[in-house]
Amino acid sequence: MSVASAATASSESGRTAPRVSPGLAVGLTCVLMLTVIYFFGDQDQALITQAVVSGLLLGGVYALISVGLTLIFGVLGIVNFAQGAMLTMAMYIVYALSTTGLPVYAATIVAVPLMFVFGMIVQSTLLTKLTISGSHEGPLLVTLGLSLLIVNVLLMIFGGRPLSVEVPVEGTVSIFGSVASWPRVLAFIGAAIVAVALKLVLERTPLGLSIRAVASNSEGAKLVGVDVGRVYAFTFGIGAACVAVAGGLMTPFTSLTPSVGEQFTILAFVIVVLGGLGSVIGAVVGGLVIGLVQTVGAIYLPGTGSLILVFAVFILVLFLRPEGLYGVRR
Amino acid sequence: MISTVEAPAPVVQEDRLRDTWLRRQLVALVVGFAAVAVLPLFLGDQAQTVVVRTLIFAIMAVGWNIMSGIGGMFSFGHAAFFGIGAYTCAYLLADHGISPWISMVVGAVIAAVVGTLIAYACLRYRLAGAYFALATFAFAQLFLLLVQNLEVFNKTEGFNVPILSHDSWAMLQFKLGSPIYIWIPLTILALAVLGTIFYVRSRAGQFVRAVRDDETAAASLGINALKYRLIAVAASCALTAVAGVYYTQYYFYVGPEQAFGAAVSVEAIVPAVIGGIGTIWGPVIGAAVIGPLSELINDLLRSPPPFLEFLQGASGLDVIVYSVILIAIVIFLPKGIFGSIRERFRR
Repeated sequence: MSVASAATASSESGRTAPRVSPGLAVGLTCVLMLTVIYFFGDQDQALITQAVVSGLLLGGVYALISVGLTLIFGVLGIVNFAQGAMLTMAMYIVYALSTTGLPVYAATIVAVPLMFVFGMIVQSTLLTKLTISGSHEGPLLVTLGLSLLIVNVLLMIFGGRPLSVEVPVEGTVSIFGSVASWPRVLAFIGAAIVAVALKLVLERTPLGLSIRAVASNSEGAKLVGVDVGRVYAFTFGIGAACVAVAGGLMTPFTSLTPSVGEQFTILAFVIVVLGGLGSVIGAVVGGLVIGLVQTVGAIYLPGTGSLILVFAVFILVLFLRPEGLYGVRR
Repeated sequence: MISTVEAPAPVVQEDRLRDTWLRRQLVALVVGFAAVAVLPLFLGDQAQTVVVRTLIFAIMAVGWNIMSGIGGMFSFGHAAFFGIGAYTCAYLLADHGISPWISMVVGAVIAAVVGTLIAYACLRYRLAGAYFALATFAFAQLFLLLVQNLEVFNKTEGFNVPILSHDSWAMLQFKLGSPIYIWIPLTILALAVLGTIFYVRSRAGQFVRAVRDDETAAASLGINALKYRLIAVAASCALTAVAGVYYTQYYFYVGPEQAFGAAVSVEAIVPAVIGGIGTIWGPVIGAAVIGPLSELINDLLRSPPPFLEFLQGASGLDVIVYSVILIAIVIFLPKGIFGSIRERFRR
């Protein structure tokens, strides 16, 4: 369910004819494609299973990055180009904390509130005025500037040399006969917990109610006494906190450079458009699909070739269903 | 859409007034051209590369502005067209020995066709605002990936332009530091600005601005919105491709990232935003501010004054300054440097 449509869901479900749920449709398509690949592709089946497992694990992390992005778009209407840079920033915060002897996962717990506050400050100092004026390009350009700023400040402080942290949990786990490293499994579990928690916050708490109210009609929300500026700041803060969790969980299996997050900005946009800008579930489904496309595609198109498939999916979705799987047409 | 930008040409239909506006633009163009044209007589080799890079920025920004500022279709993927130009030149020259002058025409035509197709698809499916920007961005990324994975384009290695031992107008190569390296992009830029001046006065330019400001109203007056938008896109993409051709030719090398990377799209947008979106002179002024800036900062870092000693050798500061300016301009001067100054004078 979309953030924006959640508040008006009851009125919408009344008039839309019953149809196949997008999640089911996507799931069936994926199963069908995988079946074809398993039985008619001339590849080793174990190899494909391995790709599917790593794709889903990767997709979980993608989903977590995209959830923040989609929330920011759904509520604020901002195309946040700094999402990847904020991810990098979170990873460096975790790195910096871990050099003081803190274990990575404990450092992540410290990084989350820091990033939350950072997000709130960014929104309230740089973006709120532009958001309220309803400009499309203004916030896009400001977040673009912010992304360049973050990346280069990190470059100045830490240099361009790749860094890595000490991994507290070693070893691998076997899933359906394929191997996955523990940090990746933990990242997936963490992503799932955050997605569920976020959904509960949006649907069960007063803050979630005001976020949904502002998303569906900011003028109306203001009239009934919602502090719109505060909700904007909180939303951006939550978006930043999501990438902080993602960053922390990814640090153990990622080599840190100041530009490491850039590729994720692009992927997160693909995922968010695929799922429907503003839809939390869409971001999760989109993340898993794109993770699968990337790893299974890599069997046939090595190197960066599988990303071509990702962009092909993106463009196809933009044209066939610009509102995405779960989105509402704006 | 960029509805805040005012129409540069006066709406008054009186011929005398219109001519004054035109005369002022042309005088500014001639004076600006002459001022930059004498620059190479005073500059060293290092400063020359800065001027050339600034001119390439400016051509891209003027090109981007036609589609995104005047036409109101915010492109986040102009690297696609810059890259088409750069790779057309590199491929034709390195693999077939064809003159870059021909590449300019070929590259411009290919970019115009590709740009028109992309824009047609986007507009047909009613992608607007953020969706349009994301779609153009995706196409640029797709081209980047294709080039990186295709054998005919040397994958990630890119192309080296064969270097001649003698001056050649046909191959657009001269001895290092020759002022011709500045005069050629300067002429292209001047022609581009001249074209923009006449474009905003023309029916096509007036119509596309009307569509940008209010599509429904324009359509109700019988303006074929799609047609005039596609004209703007084609002109914009063609010009950007020419900048790409010159890039390859000046640096003797082009790779996927230099041609199609996201940073290239940003380099087309930022000067226009800083100078003033939708104005004739904004992109040029923005490029003139941004182009030399990173060089100045790098100079400062190489031999910093005592109170900035701690910054010595720090990389990234030039982009930090550049991004702070970008953020500040968008927030405090939404019409850019030129747009804001012009507004001050009009009051």
